[in-house]
Order: sequence, then C-alpha cells, then structure tokens
Amino acid sequence: MGFNRKDLLGIRDLEVSEIEHILELAQSLKEINMRAIKKVPTLRGKTVIHLFYEPSTRTRTSFDIAAKRLSADTYSIAGSTSSMVKGETLLDTLKNLEAMRPDVFVVRHSASGAPHMLARNTDASVINAGDGMHEHPSQALLDMLTIIEHKKRLDGLNVVIVGDIFHSRVARSNIWGLNKMGAKVTVCGPTTLIPPKIETMGAQVSYKLDQCLADADVIMVLRLQKERQQQMLLPSLREYSTYFGISPQKLAKTRPDVLIMHPGPINRGVEISPEVADGPYSVILDQVTNGVAVRMALLYLLAQR
Amino acid sequence: MQPHENSGAFIFRNGRVLDPSRTIDRIADVLVVDGRIAEINAGLDIGGISERARTIDATGKWIVPGLIDMHVHLREPGEEYKETIASGTAAAVAGGFTGIACMPNTHPVNDCAAITQFILERAKYYGSCRVFPVAAISRNLEGNNLAEYGELRDAGAIAVSDDGRPVVNALLMRRALEYAQTFDLLVIAHSEDPTLSGGGLMNEGEISTRIGLRGIPNAAEEVMIARDLLLAELTGGRLHIAHVSTAGSVHLIRSAKSRGISVTAETAPHYFTLNDELISGFDPVYKVNPPIRSLKDIAAIKEGLADGTLDAIASDHAPHSVVEKDLEFEFAANGMIGLETSLPLALELVREGVISPLQAIAKMSFNPAAILKIPFGTLRKGAPADLTIIDPDLEYVIDVNRFRSKSRNCPFHGRAVKGRAIMTLVDGRLAFSE
Repeated sequence: MGFNRKDLLGIRDLEVSEIEHILELAQSLKEINMRAIKKVPTLRGKTVIHLFYEPSTRTRTSFDIAAKRLSADTYSIAGSTSSMVKGETLLDTLKNLEAMRPDVFVVRHSASGAPHMLARNTDASVINAGDGMHEHPSQALLDMLTIIEHKKRLDGLNVVIVGDIFHSRVARSNIWGLNKMGAKVTVCGPTTLIPPKIETMGAQVSYKLDQCLADADVIMVLRLQKERQQQMLLPSLREYSTYFGISPQKLAKTRPDVLIMHPGPINRGVEISPEVADGPYSVILDQVTNGVAVRMALLYLLAQR
Repeated sequence: MQPHENSGAFIFRNGRVLDPSRTIDRIADVLVVDGRIAEINAGLDIGGISERARTIDATGKWIVPGLIDMHVHLREPGEEYKETIASGTAAAVAGGFTGIACMPNTHPVNDCAAITQFILERAKYYGSCRVFPVAAISRNLEGNNLAEYGELRDAGAIAVSDDGRPVVNALLMRRALEYAQTFDLLVIAHSEDPTLSGGGLMNEGEISTRIGLRGIPNAAEEVMIARDLLLAELTGGRLHIAHVSTAGSVHLIRSAKSRGISVTAETAPHYFTLNDELISGFDPVYKVNPPIRSLKDIAAIKEGLADGTLDAIASDHAPHSVVEKDLEFEFAANGMIGLETSLPLALELVREGVISPLQAIAKMSFNPAAILKIPFGTLRKGAPADLTIIDPDLEYVIDVNRFRSKSRNCPFHGRAVKGRAIMTLVDGRLAFSE
C-alpha cells in the first residue's frame, strides 16, 4: 500500500503499512545525501512554505535541506518576522499564503491542533512539524528509522522514554508509532511529568528508572526545560538529574547494545551527561542525519500527490 | 418590552398543561385575558370573551409557564457585535424563554445602578422578553471590594455574581454572602480555583493527554464549591452554584443540601450532552469554561438532575463572533450559545427517562424563578401570562443560520432533535410564534 493522504498531521492516524512505506522510501532516499552533488530534480517546480511559529533550528533546517535536495523552492516564515505580530490571525496568514499557490506547508506551532486547523482550511498539503504538546510525526519517523538501522527491527523491542513526558509531543508520537510497529513502550519520569491516563495510549508507566533501564533496548531521553521548576513540577534540576538524568553509572546495568537517543536540543548535565551523549551507545547524530531522509520522503509523498 | 398593544385574549384548547408550581400535568384549556392567566380547566366555556379571544388548538402540545434561563450573557453594553439585548431576547423567545437573567461581565461591568438601569431601559424598549440583571459581586469583577448591592437591588438587580471569574479571596466571598443578605440578594458562584485550572483548555483526562492540550481537573471546580458551601453554612447566605460540570460537584452539593445548607445549583445542556472526546478534532466550538467533561461526569449530572440536587437547567448562553472563535484552540474564547437549543436538549433527557416532563419544565421555569425570587414560572390563576407552547414531537435539525442570536458559536449545529417552542407569550403578548 502506498500513501494517499493530503496531510501528515500525526502518527496516530497512520496505518502500519503507511509507516513502513515512509520508512522504506526514506531509506532509499538517504543515498542522495551521501552524493557529492546532493540534489535530484524530483520536486522541481513545487513550492514548500515553512511556517514556523515557534523557534526551531534543527527541524526547520532539516525540512529545508530535504526540500532543496529534492529541488523544491522553499520559503521560511518564522514567528518573529511573521505578520502574526501585527495581529493577523493564523487563518488569514494561511489564506494569503495560499493565494500564492504553494504545494506544501510545513507547520510548527506552540498550540496543539494548529496544523489541523490549517489543514482543514487549505487545499495544499500540511506537514505537522510539531504542534504544542500533541504530535511531532517526522521526529517519531526518524527515530524509528534510526532504531531499525541499528536493531534491524522494531517488533518486540523495549523502548524506554525518560523525562518530561507531559509536555512532549515527541513522546506522544513515538508512543503511537512504536506501538503500531510492535515495540513495547515504557515512559519513565517523576509523577509530575507523567500526564494522567497515559497508559490509555499504550505506554507502561514507571517511576523507577533503574528497573526499566535493565531491559531496555532503546532509551529515548527527553529534553527537560528549565522553566519546569517555576511551574512547581520539580524542586530542582539537581534532584531531577540525580534520579532521572542518564549518566554512565545508570547505564552500568543496561544491555551492552542499548541505544541512547535524544530529539535535541540537549541540556548537557541535566537529562543526559556529556559522557553519555557523546558515548558509544549514543545515536543522537544518526537521528539528525536520518531526519533529512525522512523529511525528503514525506515531502515527496505529499508534493507528488 | 413594550406594553401590550396586542394583548387581547387567547384560548389554548386541549393542551397538556404542565405547571410545576402546583404539580399539575393534565389535559386542559388555558384562557389568557388582559395579560393574565384567567382560567385553566378542561372544556372551558369562555362565553362573552369568545368574540375577541384568539383560539389556538393545542392538541398534542404542551402548555407550560414561560421558561426562564437564569444564566445568559447578553454582551450589551460593550460587545454589541456579539449580541445585543434585542438580539439576545429575540433568541430567548424563539427558544421558549419569557425571562432571562443576564450576567454582569459586560463593558462596562454591571457593578453600579446606572448600568443596571441602562440594561433595563434597553430591555424595555428593544427586548422581546423579561430581563433580570445580575450585578457584580465585586467592583469591576476585580475581586477586591464589594459592589453597591443596595443601590443595585433598588435599580432592579436580582442577584450578584462575578460569573466568568471566580471570587478567589475567601474573605470577599464571605462578605458577599453576608452583605447580600441585607438586601435579600442571591449570590451566584462561578466555582473555579484558578491556580488549579490555570492554563487549562479542556477537561483533564485521557483525551487531554492524548491530544496535548492542558487539562482542567475536576478538582478545580470542586475545591471552590466545597469552600463556598462552607461559607454559605457559616453566613447563612443564599448561594447558587452556576454551571455545575463534575460528578464530585454534584456529590458535594447533594451532601450540603442534606445538611440543610442554603444552596441551589444549575447545570447547562452541554454538561449533560457533550463529552470531551469531541475536542479530539480541535474545534474551538467545543471550548467552554468549565469544560465539557467525561461520560462519568455526564452520568452524575443526570443523576443530580433526576434527584433534585441540580435545581435548574440554564444555558450559559455565551455569544462570540468568529473573531474570538476562528482561532487556534488554545487562543479561542470560551463559551457557546444555548438559548435556542436548551429546550430540545432538555427534552432529550425526558425521552431518555432521566427526568419527567414536569421536572424538565420545573428546572427551566418554576425553579429558577423561585431561586431568583421573581414572581414567574407559574400558571396560577391571576399570574402574568408568560407561557410557552411546546410541540414535543416536532423533528428538525438544528441550524445556526436560522438563529435569532447574532452569534453562531453553537456546538449543536446539524444535530437532529425533537421538540421546540412554537409559541411564546410574554405578559399576554405574542412574542414568538412559528
């Protein structure tokens, strides 16, 4: 089965066959990024608008490189330079941009559901590049691609997601995706950072990091924003780091082939120690490399529609 | 409301008369003369009046006291682009209401006699039904100082509320419950602890976690209700809890009533009809405060209505334009309109067997009138002829484009329903008929 959607808004909506299709395509497109001349004419004449209402370096650059390597024309509208500051609504911005006939909008927004509202109101394709605390589907896809490259499979793996699950769209997209692909997902963090009823999404919950690390094939470490202290969610970053930071000592009892992943940006010394981030188990930079390939696949599938 | 230029006489024949003020539910004729209920009986002989009386065959229809919605936002003064006293009361009579209580969070706030008088003046000239102003608990709804309840009451206010905002300061709430007794005013509580609900956009639970919107826990409402019940017990003030949305709130109010605390409570149709799963598509039409809750809460709200814990059904009619609603869910305004949908949704409860027809009508007429201490909600002989004729079997699809309200933020658009007001008499004058 192929992929016939107008939009890519979340992993929850996707069938297993669609995820497989995207990942296979990404694998085959990856080779382009290794060439001396990293460009193919596939999306020549297509227009991609990056609509980023929230700061982003990695994701925006990754989407932009992906689009350009497929020869699409790209334009970036960032939150600070956008007309939103002048009081224009998101829908008005959309309508104006749509009048210029783009093919794809890549949208990052701090409000959950914003890409969904845009998708309902445009004939162009919408790719959700992260909405609030909801979903970040391209991140979950690149994470799955990275795991497959190292483990040759997803089915049956134990994946532990550690940290601020509550505020994490990366965690939510990965819970959906990994579950669909047969992996077992455990979320681990202090109670205040585990959202209520998360088990209904198909994740097991643990507050004891040592116990879940023992069986882990993959450890996904999430960024801990420093503001969480002010929101009464944590007493201190120091205590968080003591109990939930991934350090070499905590990895002593894990499997020898465990993978350490992080969606970035990293707070070194808070949720992950520098030795681990740069250590032998870390595949953090592979994730970034795979991000371009996955986003090429998504742009290809949607713009070719 | 203009004095009656067409206040002739009406004779409604052979209708099902439901009068909760006297627990009457029987087939009878109702005679209205000179703006008053003149007679109710089967096979009325109206003799000399028959010449000038308009005869209406009410076979198969319900004849009920004019409905009263004790929780409405009319938006005038200040936000006339959303609703005016004229458009809001037109919507009210189309929904079967002959009286509505309007909340004080206008611009300027109804916290002084001049604003109350302004509302009543506008209602007199441009209104289709009776308007009962609710004044502010605190000046400018700021939660710091009491408003002037005496002057407000003398100007025509029937209750006080900071609705839309909780009274955070417990001492101010205590003083309001005490001081309001000086002037026999009801205190209507918007029960919400803002430190618990802060930043919340929807019910906290499985759905909020799944779709990544910040949740508002049930406890945010219940903590405040518990506080205010204790303060009502302490002061002896008359407390009314607005828009009850959770199972725990129903439980608290039930137990307070059994201990003899002077408290009444209302819920809105969306709290017994809609659940938070609907927000999965991020449509801001479902955004309201308190938020629509879980199926478990809906079940408890229905129990509360059935056993009398919840005395009234009120719409919390909250008009907003596309300017406030056509936004990201997070940035959209809270609120939904309800004047033109309350009755058919309450009738769904009747058909479900949750409440009897008489209970439904009581919760939408007699009970709110009793809570507000206004002399309506009854078909007693000699009472003002505020009455509503309901066709309980009329099937139709709710269409916001047919609403009299200026706003369209109604989550029930497209819903197939059964039953509506087909005729509304206010003070013996035909204010609406279809």
